Amino acid sequence: MSENLIEVRDLVKHFPIKQGIVFQRQVGAVKAVDGVSFEVKQGETMGIVGETGCGKSTTARLLCRLMDPTSGSIVFDGHEVATQKRDDLKALHRDMQMIFQDPYSSLNPRKTIGSIISDPFVIHNLYTGDGERKRRVQDLMDRVGLNPEHYNRYPHEFSGGQRQRIGVARAIALEPKLLIADEPVSALDVSIQAQVLNLLRQLQREMGLTLIFIAHDLSVVRHMCDRVAVMYLGKIVEMSPADVLYTTPRHPYTGALLSAVPVPDPTGGKRKRELLSGDVPSPANPPSACRFHTRCPKAQELCSQDEPELSAKRGGGIAACHFPLTDEEIASRLPVALARQRSAPEPATTDA
Amino acid sequence: MTEALLQVDDLRVSFDSEDGVVHAVDGISYAVDTGKTLGIVGESGSGKSVSSLTTLGLTRGPRAKIEGRMMFNGRDLLTLPDEDLRKVRGDDIAMIFQDPLSALHPFYKVGVQLIEAMQSHRSISKSAAHTRAAEMLELVGIPDPKRRVDQYPHEFSGGMRQRAMIAMALSNEPKLLIADEPTTALDVTVQAQILALLQDLQDRLGMAIIIITHDLGVVAEIADDIAVMYAGRIVERGTTEEIFHSPQHPYTWGLLSSIPRLDNPRDEELVPISGRPPSLINRPSGCHFHPRCPYARDAHKRVDPPLEAVNGGTHLAACLLEGTVRTRIWDGIRTGRDLESLKRLAATSAQPVVEGDAATAPESEGTQPEPGEGSLVESEQPAREHSTETPFMGPEEMP
Repeated sequence: MSENLIEVRDLVKHFPIKQGIVFQRQVGAVKAVDGVSFEVKQGETMGIVGETGCGKSTTARLLCRLMDPTSGSIVFDGHEVATQKRDDLKALHRDMQMIFQDPYSSLNPRKTIGSIISDPFVIHNLYTGDGERKRRVQDLMDRVGLNPEHYNRYPHEFSGGQRQRIGVARAIALEPKLLIADEPVSALDVSIQAQVLNLLRQLQREMGLTLIFIAHDLSVVRHMCDRVAVMYLGKIVEMSPADVLYTTPRHPYTGALLSAVPVPDPTGGKRKRELLSGDVPSPANPPSACRFHTRCPKAQELCSQDEPELSAKRGGGIAACHFPLTDEEIASRLPVALARQRSAPEPATTDA
Repeated sequence: MTEALLQVDDLRVSFDSEDGVVHAVDGISYAVDTGKTLGIVGESGSGKSVSSLTTLGLTRGPRAKIEGRMMFNGRDLLTLPDEDLRKVRGDDIAMIFQDPLSALHPFYKVGVQLIEAMQSHRSISKSAAHTRAAEMLELVGIPDPKRRVDQYPHEFSGGMRQRAMIAMALSNEPKLLIADEPTTALDVTVQAQILALLQDLQDRLGMAIIIITHDLGVVAEIADDIAVMYAGRIVERGTTEEIFHSPQHPYTWGLLSSIPRLDNPRDEELVPISGRPPSLINRPSGCHFHPRCPYARDAHKRVDPPLEAVNGGTHLAACLLEGTVRTRIWDGIRTGRDLESLKRLAATSAQPVVEGDAATAPESEGTQPEPGEGSLVESEQPAREHSTETPFMGPEEMP
């Protein structure tokens, strides 16, 4: 159980910025992912949250080698993925699959559902017997809640939620060990989101899947994940078990994110809003040292000179901050409802 | 009650399409007062955007059929000639669109677009308008406005573009601001900034706001009143407290329990609404929500529920279940009772009576509740008979 399925060390992806028409020279780099390390245990759900441009989707793509990392190592199931040859990736992708954000552009409109879902079998040359593939595909369709009789229909005949189910069926066709879901519900209507989230949880229970769940919606991530990493400008700034992260966020950025989430309760949601000023700086030219210091309400001189390392903070998580939030500061930032939960289960966080 | 700033009565908008008539908005009524915020909540295709676009005459066209009344400042916006409507649009009523990148013109500097908005309604010199444009950008919190005013939209970040849109909308000091999904494309931290900005500006300028969104969290934060739309109708309307603390319509319950919430226990199971939103061409018979409603009874497939008062107050809901039963079901949902027992509870609700079998009397006074438990206030209202054979021809009802 405690076996790490995937271990990521110092993962870096820089996209070069080039100038010149004939003789291109590199004038800089967008540091999309800049030294990310984490590991995911067998059967666990790991969440990655962050704002647009923080590098969460790039991380997902690096993990299954849809992009080549600039440097760093990814050890999946005992094998190094980061330097694997292109030809060997086929075997890797049998154990690692991805669900994409946009259910409209991730399905080929000219193929039937049956052929989309059986593609993994074709690629890996599985179940070659007559009719066996079709039976398998229909099993899968049934499993994700699609009518198996719709085998010969085309993607445009399905709604967004159903298309996302097709994407899920395709991803679990090969019974992978790891499923990477990149914003799987953000393109769906609210009433449909829950259907897909419940499906993912149910499949995870049934198949013992390990899940890396990437989203910008903090409530959804909290609902789905055992552990959560918060990314900001290509770095992980805080990583904790979900219960800890949502009740005792130590990094000021996590605190700001949580305080910004609208809570659908006109009385329970009220709290002092801590608004961050400005926008996320450009990843091509990130601030020196602690990248959050330009927007951080607690920033001091040290923050612009010395980059904080991820280190254990009181409460059980790790955060990269010189001046982590104190208990009082956390209490003032969290929505009332979360703060209530915080005091309820473990009142033992009042030491000096 | 004094005259509301915008009073919409029985608005109907339908579009003629190749596949049939799309009933985008089907008889909705609401009102917004100065200084208040109305939130319109619904999924895609519920008609929430069409209703607000109609306010500005943006749905007018050869294939659109618009009926009803829309009184703004003593004038009916629906019958106003295009010329006059243009004077209202962008002046007294302004709109913020969802996608700020496509709503700003990429070829023109942000300042130029702001100046155009001002000059088309006021006689103001270009230099004065330019100064005012910079002031507006400052008002909405864009740093370094004197430089920014001469930049192009692509040089702005997403949050700043949305702020520029707000600046443009506010440049003529509108009495009513319509914000159509103003924060959907934005990150949470920026969303919080924009919502705070809207509230702050409302306090200072005293305008009315209609905010259209699918995010219940957003309306809980900002709205005074909420209208929940489903399949072109308002199915529930009330104050924010009423909608969140004692919701009366099964669709609202579904919305509230299908989103993961920060204020609920983490491992709580989500209860999705089954099925998917109906087509607006081929709407379900009877209560439009019945195919997705776990509590629907047989008669609900035939009877079209009117929007009627809950406990005689301002809280309105269009549901055929008895009021007392609804209250008990909502209590059950909150305390985590399982769906089966709630369905049994719903089954105790008296069925509305369908008069005759086919189309006999179109309307009759007061439906009799079936003999059974509970006396009901709600069923005093005439429920409309609706034959299953003609599910698409919505009855011309007018509560």
